[in-house]
Amino acid sequence: MSGAVPAELVAKLSSLKTKIPTYSRDEIEEVVSEMLSTMEGDLSEMNLKLYAEVESLARYIVNAKSEIAALRPDEIMSEHLPSATDELDAIVGSTEEATNGILQAMESLEALVGEMSPEIGEKVTEAVTQVYESCNFQDITGQRITKVVKALKHIESKVDALVGAFGEDIAKYKAAHPKAETAKKEQDPMSDSALLNGPQLPDNASKQDDIDALLASFD
Amino acid sequence: MAVDMQMNILIVDDYKTMLRIIRNLLKQLGFNNVDEATDGSMALQKLRDKDYGLVISDWNMEPMTGIQLLREVRADAKLKALPFIMITAESKTENVIAAKEAGVNNYIVKPFNAATLKTKLASVIGNF
Repeated sequence: MSGAVPAELVAKLSSLKTKIPTYSRDEIEEVVSEMLSTMEGDLSEMNLKLYAEVESLARYIVNAKSEIAALRPDEIMSEHLPSATDELDAIVGSTEEATNGILQAMESLEALVGEMSPEIGEKVTEAVTQVYESCNFQDITGQRITKVVKALKHIESKVDALVGAFGEDIAKYKAAHPKAETAKKEQDPMSDSALLNGPQLPDNASKQDDIDALLASFD
Repeated sequence: MAVDMQMNILIVDDYKTMLRIIRNLLKQLGFNNVDEATDGSMALQKLRDKDYGLVISDWNMEPMTGIQLLREVRADAKLKALPFIMITAESKTENVIAAKEAGVNNYIVKPFNAATLKTKLASVIGNF
């Protein structure tokens, strides 16, 4: 830094001094102090606002955790999803079985064409061909269902992660709501809603013989 | 040149009902020598063990898909000229382009009808 202030600048400052009113040091200190106290007030308010936001966010997270726990993702994991995939597998199985039955019947019919008059034989062959074409549906629906099963498995893995993350909250919810658990177990098996189960999976389904035996047991 | 109606045809699909449908439709068209495979690797083994005049294959199968089978066939010195028809529910443009680039002779989209099968067969092996 060079030592002397240029004479031209000193002259300019002196000229300004005469134009601007002068303040004492105490006066300036007072103004600065007042200004600082205002700023301090601003900072505290900002902090308070921030704390309030964080607190509200924390409350939101706690509520969300409780709500997620109340949805019982563990049940979705252990009951609903496996049941849905089993039902879909059963659809594929039953449509395949039905399609094979239809194809078998058509093949038997087609084998008889030689014994028919050419005119009738041609008509029968045409109809049989249409049935073969329509049976394409089994492959297409099977592939679509396979896609849905894959999507369900993806959901299953996500729900599994959710159950892992909220395991403690779910356990707390279950402990806090034992009534819901018991009510579910104690539902009247003969109530109208409990009797609405739809078709059973092949392994669980009663055979006609079982039903007949049960009916006979009432006689 | 007349089409050899006695040629061996290999049909490949993981759905047994679809194999049955294609076999029956081929029988109606006069082709009785039809073998079946349920995935690409089984098909490839059969193709190496016996002489075939045509392959009709699905795309979506495990462990070896139809497109993988097609690439294996085109890479095999003995099989590379074998007529190959893809018959599949995969109908995206990208699939058709990929199959064409791999050397497919024709492409049938499921669900298909008997008339389409006949037309595509004729375009690949000649009128019969």
